[in-house]
Amino acid sequence: MPVFSDPANFDMYVSGFMWILKMTGVSAVLALVLGVLLAAMRVSPVPVLRWFGAAWVNIFRNTPLTLIVFFCYFGLYATLSVSLSDDIDLNNFWLGVVGLSVYTAAFVCEALRSGINTVPAGQAEAARAIGLTFAQTLRIVVLPQAGRAVIAPLGSVLIALCKNTTIVGTIGLLEASNIMKQLINDNGDQVILIFLVFAGTFAAVLIPVGYLFGWLANRLAVKR
Amino acid sequence: MRMTRVAATAAAAVLALTMAACGSDDGSGTGTGTGSGTGSGNTATGVVGKAASGSLKIGVKADQPGLGLQTGTAYEGFDIEMAKIIAKGLGMQESGIQYVTTVSANREPYIQQGTVDLVIATYTINDERKTKVNFAGPYFMAGQDLLVPAASTITAPEQLAGKKVCSVTGSTPAKRIQENYKDAQLQLFDSYSKCITALAGNQVDAVTTDDIILAGYASQSQYAGKFKVVGKPFSEEPYGIGLKKDDKASCDKINEILKAAATDGSYKAAWDKTLGASGKAAPELDVSKLTNCA
Repeated sequence: MPVFSDPANFDMYVSGFMWILKMTGVSAVLALVLGVLLAAMRVSPVPVLRWFGAAWVNIFRNTPLTLIVFFCYFGLYATLSVSLSDDIDLNNFWLGVVGLSVYTAAFVCEALRSGINTVPAGQAEAARAIGLTFAQTLRIVVLPQAGRAVIAPLGSVLIALCKNTTIVGTIGLLEASNIMKQLINDNGDQVILIFLVFAGTFAAVLIPVGYLFGWLANRLAVKR
Repeated sequence: MRMTRVAATAAAAVLALTMAACGSDDGSGTGTGTGSGTGSGNTATGVVGKAASGSLKIGVKADQPGLGLQTGTAYEGFDIEMAKIIAKGLGMQESGIQYVTTVSANREPYIQQGTVDLVIATYTINDERKTKVNFAGPYFMAGQDLLVPAASTITAPEQLAGKKVCSVTGSTPAKRIQENYKDAQLQLFDSYSKCITALAGNQVDAVTTDDIILAGYASQSQYAGKFKVVGKPFSEEPYGIGLKKDDKASCDKINEILKAAATDGSYKAAWDKTLGASGKAAPELDVSKLTNCA
């Protein structure tokens, strides 16, 4: 491993993946919160909210993430002057998180909505019959069952999110794929090795995540 | 069921073969000294040999006005003119040149893997790169400088502390800022055009790279009068022509072509046609420095 035995290169490698992990963590939380809200909107009895949820999903799910992240820099930050931090790296990080969250929220929303469809209609009807409001029905009866039904698909969304974070490199954050580019540039004769190490690191992190979600899905599934 | 199994096995076999092909590509790309030109059915060696067969793939920049700029499918600029001079010197037609867009970060890999035969893309000769590729030239001496908004108070790189400076991932100027001006905040993009856009929108305080590249942007019509080049170069960037490490013969040949171009007026003509528009007089091509072939 001649490339990675150089401590400077190894530090770059570690720092690149730290950015990936941070972005994945923060975006996952934000996307989950947003996604739940959107899913609630999409099944709500208020037409405006339903319309808003549908518009969000259709816009962000069908736009390439590269463009969304790019817009966060050149649209939000450059044109609309939305600055999220004075530090240039942190600013790029948060702009990236914004892009990743709004994009991933669309997928979370659709996964949850498919989960809501697995909950028998009688449950919601019964909940309404005993006098629960729409919000209570959703919160106490429907969403807990819907969420447990879609744990495996949400795991796929999380895995995709983690890999998507590399796109934030286009606005200059030195995350793993940019570090990989730099290392390849400095060590053009070891391209395959560098490539395999970076791909391997992603796989090493994400394969256990996949199994974890598979196991959780089994454990938490609503037995009917 | 049986069919799916057969299909799966076939798919796996194809995948394995593809991977194997990748592996052997890597083997020849690292250049273990078995001589160049091992490409299919080509008996001639190196760049000279490929030129003799009538076609040459040359890596150039696509986003640097005055040096290498792609408009539609055509490329124009000083580097492109140099490519034409070299092609002519190697005895081939201009139409045989196939331009390949390169960015700063992929020039060494492109040469080492044989994606391109030559790189003429504002390519600074330095010792680190010399360990990987061979350099003919230099054909031009540039220096790293700063491009700032016309009203900016920045007059020297020392004043960059706390300021936002934009450059390109993997480029020499970016590395120099990281190493020598640690107080500056470095914004990295994959192309200079994005840096210029960010500078025009005041997201960064300065763009840094070689003075000649900056001059090219400053003179673009849409930015006329908006930017200025600070004019205090803080490095020497000899531009070379990159080719495979083991292709010394072609490297020497290109240097001879450059020597001839320096005296027969074609070098000056190339300048006047492109960067001359910025008002700068054609520099002298110092033939005593054409000593980088190894």
